[in-house]
Amino acid sequence: MLDFILQPWPWYVAGPLVGLTVPALLILGNKSFGISSSLRHFCASCMPANIPFFKYDWKKEIWNMIFVLGILLGGWITMNFFSNLNPIEVSQELTEELANYGINDYSSMIPKDLYTWSELFTLRGLLLFVVGGFLVGFGTRYAGGCTSGHAIMGISNLQLPSLVATIFFMIGGVIMANFILPYILSL
Amino acid sequence: MDKNKLKNTEKEVRSLDAVCINESSLEHKWYHNIKYLILGILFGIVFVKAEVVSWFRIQEMFRFQSFHMYGIIGSAIAVGMLSIFIIKKFNIKTIYGEPIVFSSKKFTKGQVYGGFIFGLGWALTGACPGPLFAQIGMGATVVIITLLSAVAGTWVYGYFRDKLPN
Repeated sequence: MLDFILQPWPWYVAGPLVGLTVPALLILGNKSFGISSSLRHFCASCMPANIPFFKYDWKKEIWNMIFVLGILLGGWITMNFFSNLNPIEVSQELTEELANYGINDYSSMIPKDLYTWSELFTLRGLLLFVVGGFLVGFGTRYAGGCTSGHAIMGISNLQLPSLVATIFFMIGGVIMANFILPYILSL
Repeated sequence: MDKNKLKNTEKEVRSLDAVCINESSLEHKWYHNIKYLILGILFGIVFVKAEVVSWFRIQEMFRFQSFHMYGIIGSAIAVGMLSIFIIKKFNIKTIYGEPIVFSSKKFTKGQVYGGFIFGLGWALTGACPGPLFAQIGMGATVVIITLLSAVAGTWVYGYFRDKLPN
């Protein structure tokens, strides 16, 4: 039992658990599962700057900001109590490709070769974290949701716009990962 | 008359997003939010244990080198779909006895353009918004910059919103 908790969880365990967040939020308080909206609430609460998009009663969405705080805590708890101490097992093909870019450290599921403050001050790091983050924030709001809001909640509720959004998430990701990232990672 | 107009604008602003416009009419004390904190914690644990927060797993996903992420998203959708079906069929109420209401999403070009832009960012960062929070909790403090950048991206979107194709 303890073994299971320490090892990485397979998709058929994790997926359904993630899916259960949908009814859980609905039953707990008629809340629609969505995470990227928290970014909007941060803007509305801290710097609405007279922009109509941020002028709404964000206090009604405090549940969402608390939810994402929970995610942060969940990350902390897992790292400190349930962490998998073995290196992450990644596909052979990917490890070969990443070796070309100097990415060889698999001791953490979060690449130690990339996620460092010194990396942030390289062009590569700037593109991955700053530009990448910006595109995530801009894109999710423009689309009206991210993987949780559209792909999971939206499709679960049979919303066609959410299916369209999810398809374009994938198109963007596939193009970036296969055609653009190789150049960026080589920087 | 003016008050009504303000209410309508508020509803319109919030319905444009995954923001519930049918919120509870009950006034809750602050500690009622603890249940969302707990749910978030459980969710964060699943995310990290399943390695959803791993940049490696996202790269595998977009290169079609692993079924893992598709399995997670797919089975999450299956469970979500089934649970919504059950909620609707049996008219299940919230724990406060209020009806559970769903709203339809209106299609806009945002799903196409915004979706694509988010996809680009997702592959770069190896994380969608959820994992960003988990990664910071896990000790990857540099992700704070990614998160701030994402907030900046959200703000810039809000600023240029009416000038963007819709």
